[in-house]
Amino acid sequence: MAETIIAREVVKRYGSVVAVDGVSLSVGDGEFFGILGPNGAGKTTLVEMMEGLREPDAGSVTVLGEPVWPRNTKLLHRVGVQLQGTSFFERLTAREQLATFGAVYGTPASRIDEMLDLVGLTDKASTRAEKLSGGQAQRLSIACALVHDPDVVFLDEPSAALDPQARRNLWDVLRAINERGKTVVLTTHYMDEAELLCDRVAIMDAGTILQLGPPAELVRGLGAPVRIAVDAAALGQDRAGEIEGVETVSGDGVSTVMTTRRPAPVLQALAGMDALAGLQVRGATLEDVFLQLTGREYRA
Amino acid sequence: MSQQGKSRGFTSLSTAMFKSFYRDWLSVGFSVFFPLFFIIIFGTVFSGSSPSAPTVIQVGPVPVIDQLPAEAKAALDEAVHIEPGTTLDAALAQVQKGDAGGAIEQQGNTLIVHYSSADQVTAATVQGIFNAFVNEANIAASGVPPTYALQSEQVEDQSLKPIQFIAPGMIAYGIAVGAVFGAAMTLITWRQKQLLRRLRLAPVSTGTIVTSRVVVSLAVALVQLALFIGISILPFLGLKLSGAWYMAVPLVIAGTLAFLAIGLFVGAVAKTQEGGSGLANLITLPMAFLSGAFIPIESAPVWLSTIGKFLPLTYLVEGLKDVMVRGEGPQAALLPIGILLAFAVVVTFIATRFFRWDSA
Repeated sequence: MAETIIAREVVKRYGSVVAVDGVSLSVGDGEFFGILGPNGAGKTTLVEMMEGLREPDAGSVTVLGEPVWPRNTKLLHRVGVQLQGTSFFERLTAREQLATFGAVYGTPASRIDEMLDLVGLTDKASTRAEKLSGGQAQRLSIACALVHDPDVVFLDEPSAALDPQARRNLWDVLRAINERGKTVVLTTHYMDEAELLCDRVAIMDAGTILQLGPPAELVRGLGAPVRIAVDAAALGQDRAGEIEGVETVSGDGVSTVMTTRRPAPVLQALAGMDALAGLQVRGATLEDVFLQLTGREYRA
Repeated sequence: MSQQGKSRGFTSLSTAMFKSFYRDWLSVGFSVFFPLFFIIIFGTVFSGSSPSAPTVIQVGPVPVIDQLPAEAKAALDEAVHIEPGTTLDAALAQVQKGDAGGAIEQQGNTLIVHYSSADQVTAATVQGIFNAFVNEANIAASGVPPTYALQSEQVEDQSLKPIQFIAPGMIAYGIAVGAVFGAAMTLITWRQKQLLRRLRLAPVSTGTIVTSRVVVSLAVALVQLALFIGISILPFLGLKLSGAWYMAVPLVIAGTLAFLAIGLFVGAVAKTQEGGSGLANLITLPMAFLSGAFIPIESAPVWLSTIGKFLPLTYLVEGLKDVMVRGEGPQAALLPIGILLAFAVVVTFIATRFFRWDSA
């Protein structure tokens, strides 16, 4: 897989604060790459240096083999960006926003309808950007980043402040973009989002990358136990403790929760005891990875 | 990028800015309706400023007037409106209340004019009229033809109607407000919404963005000029343009550039929209008063008009008055145009020192 983005030892300081502290990473062609971390981790600063919007104090970034700083006109047509928040022209409708950005990039007008359709805003084409809901505005903002059909797309926290339904709609759009062969770099502070969408995730905190890899691999690397829960009525805590392979048992009167590193025999035993009512099986998540890496709970 | 691509970017940015201007009722209100409102209000309210003939109450017989030939009586009627009264006391009460400009009676060969000093202009008018009238009557009684004659002519091209001064002042004010706010708000909101940074990553040059803003502001200013003049010359307002009024077009263009520069400065310095509109008002409102856009500055104290000499609006107001109503030749606009352009260059340079792409 060809490397589309290469960052080498990138550093950015604001006064005495080191926002990004010597980050190196590479993103492959067509990859869906996530940068995950809490607010203030340095995600936006890092991604803005990758876009060519900020000058690194040290280190360098190349995209598609071209240096991104200073403003590289060769890249402008091939890179699409959505900055944190939404950047629209005041008092223009969704269609007019796309038409204006499209004209700046010299793309054919036919792309506008295609983009509106892609992000599901065809029926909102004549609505002014200010009147769109949060989710609709984010999707329009993404459409504006894609209007010139770039090869690389940077999206900075596109799902921030969206309700669950709007986030799910957005995920569909992001997947569709990646399926078109675009390289996508996404920053997010939602664990589930990174886990669900990204081929690889860089977990970032305090300006450095703590770990980088496919989400499943990061989680497996933890060796964290699987949590199995069933109705307390179907299985009491005392009986649960007798099942072979169960490491810990806890409960709240409604359900009984067991942890195990060998879920298969435990589930078989539960089936044999006819104690599968209300069954929930939950593996470790990126949240557990973050907890493991930083020693503190993940708070977005 | 190709020439065609460049012009598409320019056209689309200009279109976007123009749409966001005319869809914003607040800025349209301040730069178009507000000045228009003042032109109409002041133009109609004060329109009869060649003041209407004062009413004078005649008490008892006044032979010197009653025996006038019809022709002379008509001439007098143009200057004063004489109404018959009942008693002297009633007439004096009316004068005191301001309902009548004066009261006259005749005792023997003396014509007595009663006036109130509350309204000094009317009092002086009434006294002047009857003073002249009595003088003429004396000359006529002597039977000698008059040796000297007086003919009075106004200095200004046409009438002294206030619209002649209100229209150029308001045109200048509307254009100043439109350009200052237009440039400042575009810069501030685009920076706040990260649109400026977003456009940094689009294939469009800073020059193209600035040129679009300048072209949109010039177009808006010329529309304002056409609208304000078009309405002011309607019969009910009655603006009379003098010969070189077309020089208002280059004056307005130079003025718009100067005020765009101020707007750029405001937009570069202010961080929020509220701060920006506050600062823009803080600059445009006092400037409008000190430059004589609202009130004639000629009657103000010297130190005030000295401050005015440092304000670009003064040169736009004076330039517009010179060519639109004072009947000066086209060359009268050249100095104001030069000063406005120089101002634009200097302030733009200062504004670029403060300019930032992002609000962080």
